[in-house]
Formats: sequence, structure tokens, C-alpha cells
Amino acid sequence: MIAVVLVLAALAATAVALCLDPLRQIVLSGMYGLLLVILFVVLQAPDVALSMLVVTTVAYPLIVLAAIRRTRR
Amino acid sequence: MSRRTLRGLLALPALGVLGAILAWGASGLAPFGHFHGFYGQLLNAIALPQRHTTNTVTAIVFDYRGLDTMGEELILFAAVVGVVLLLREAGHPTQQDIARDRVHSEALRYFGVAGAALVVLVGVWLVAFGLVTPGGGFQGGVTIASGVVVLFLTAGYRSWRRLASEHALDPLEATGAAAYITLGLATLIAGAPFLHNFLGPGKTGTLFSGGSMSLLNWAVALEVAAANLVLYTEFLQQYVVSLVPDTGEE
Repeated sequence: MIAVVLVLAALAATAVALCLDPLRQIVLSGMYGLLLVILFVVLQAPDVALSMLVVTTVAYPLIVLAAIRRTRR
Repeated sequence: MSRRTLRGLLALPALGVLGAILAWGASGLAPFGHFHGFYGQLLNAIALPQRHTTNTVTAIVFDYRGLDTMGEELILFAAVVGVVLLLREAGHPTQQDIARDRVHSEALRYFGVAGAALVVLVGVWLVAFGLVTPGGGFQGGVTIASGVVVLFLTAGYRSWRRLASEHALDPLEATGAAAYITLGLATLIAGAPFLHNFLGPGKTGTLFSGGSMSLLNWAVALEVAAANLVLYTEFLQQYVVSLVPDTGEE
């Protein structure tokens, strides 16, 4: 289980790094973050998983999306 | 030689050195799943009998390493102050801008209010039981703030502004940060070490376990929730300002 999540997280991280469009990149980064959340749960670190869950899926995308929107105007 | 190849050639030695250091560092790590940190194992063994908290992580954050947490809280405070300073002249939404960010579905709006209340409730629960089960001031604080984001997503900026006004949030954030420091200084004045647990350990498994740790926990929750809301408000203002009439339906 740990190995599966680790491999998926590594693939997602590579996808984030290789993505050139910021809009797609932030969506990918959210998925990558969710995989890290699963990894933290699998590794029995629920406290980190809880904060990571909110920061990676709500806080970070919201700020980046607003910034992209504002700078593209 | 083109610029691109030149850049690649320049990056190559740096990448090589970085890779070598990483490999060297990784080779010295303990095998996966075999943690041998003395400090961690010691705290795991003594946190429950000493501090009566079943969540050792929170005991470390608010007691054994309480001073570090104060530093982290002040980092967040300073970061948000920086954002507010940087964006202070980037434009404030006018009434027309706000009117453009409108949600037309009544059903979505009612669902959103219920959803937002639910997420905020989960956040408060995470804070309250932070010393008993996984969670705590930081986790609960960010969850409370994201509950209000649900309100923006489903009911628009107008509802957001009604609930998360800057004039109310700024003092709340400062109060959260100040409460932590005040609790520390109060114990100093009383003749005990900085951030000393002056309420005693309390009863294991209840909301009052951990003693004055729970006060620090609520102070951090207030600071983190307000700091995140201030941050979101700043960025959402920029989003609303960027709405133009022809794409206002987005």
C-alpha cells in the first residue's frame, strides 16, 4: 500500500513539474497534494494529513486561481 | 551555442552536486519504517502519563515545544501582514464589481450555506478535541476558514463580505497572536517558566485534558482561522476586481 501511494505521488509530482500551463498545473498540484494526504494517512500521521488536506485542496488552489485570474486580465 | 544549451550546460554541474548530496544523505538514513529518534520515542512514552493528552502531537506542539509554536504562529502572522501590505493598493472591488459575482441558483445558495456551516462545525470540533484525537488549533483553524470559502463558492462574494469583514478579522487575528504571547508572559510574571502549564494536566480523554494547553490551542485556532480568512479576502478581492462585464458570469 505504501509503495503504491509512493509511486503514484512520484508520478503526480513529475506531472506537476512538467505541466506548462499554470491553470492545469494547479489542478494537478491539488491531486498531487491529495495523494500526499493519503500517504500521510497510510504512514499514520493523521495530524499532518488533516492540515495538508485543507491547505492543498482549498487554500493553495484558491489563492493561485485568484492570482492567475488577476494577472491575465 | 544557443542560450538554451548554455543554460543546460550551466545547470549540469549544479544538478550533479545536488544529486550526489541527496544520494549521500539518503544512504545514511535509517531503513524505512525503523525510526530510531530517541526524543520521539521518549515523548511517545511520557506524554500520556505526564500531560494526560491522548494526542501526543498536540502535547508536543503546545507544551514540550510551545515556544516553537509561538514562532510559527508569528511567522503566519507576519506573512499575512506582508500580503495585506503588498496588495493594499492593488485595487478594492467597487459595488459594480461585487454585483458581477452573482450566483443565480437558489438551490446552490441554500446548499452552500448548509455546507459551509457543516465544514465550520467540523473545524470547531477538530479544535475542541485537538488534545484527545487527531486535530488541533492549526488543523481546525484552516478548516473553519475553508468552510467560509464554501460560502464564497456557492453564494458569491457578497455573502463572503457579509461574514468575513476585514474590520472584524484584523483584530481577531491580532487577538489570537497576542493571546498566545500573553499566556506565556503571564506565567513568567507568576514566577514560572515561559508558557508553563499552569492549569495542571487535567483528566485524560476529556476536553479539559492538557490544562492550559487547551487555552493555547484555542488562541492558535483563532489566529489561524482569522489569518487564513484575511488572506482569502485579499485574494478574492483581486479576483472580484478582475471580473469584467462580458465574463462576469464565470
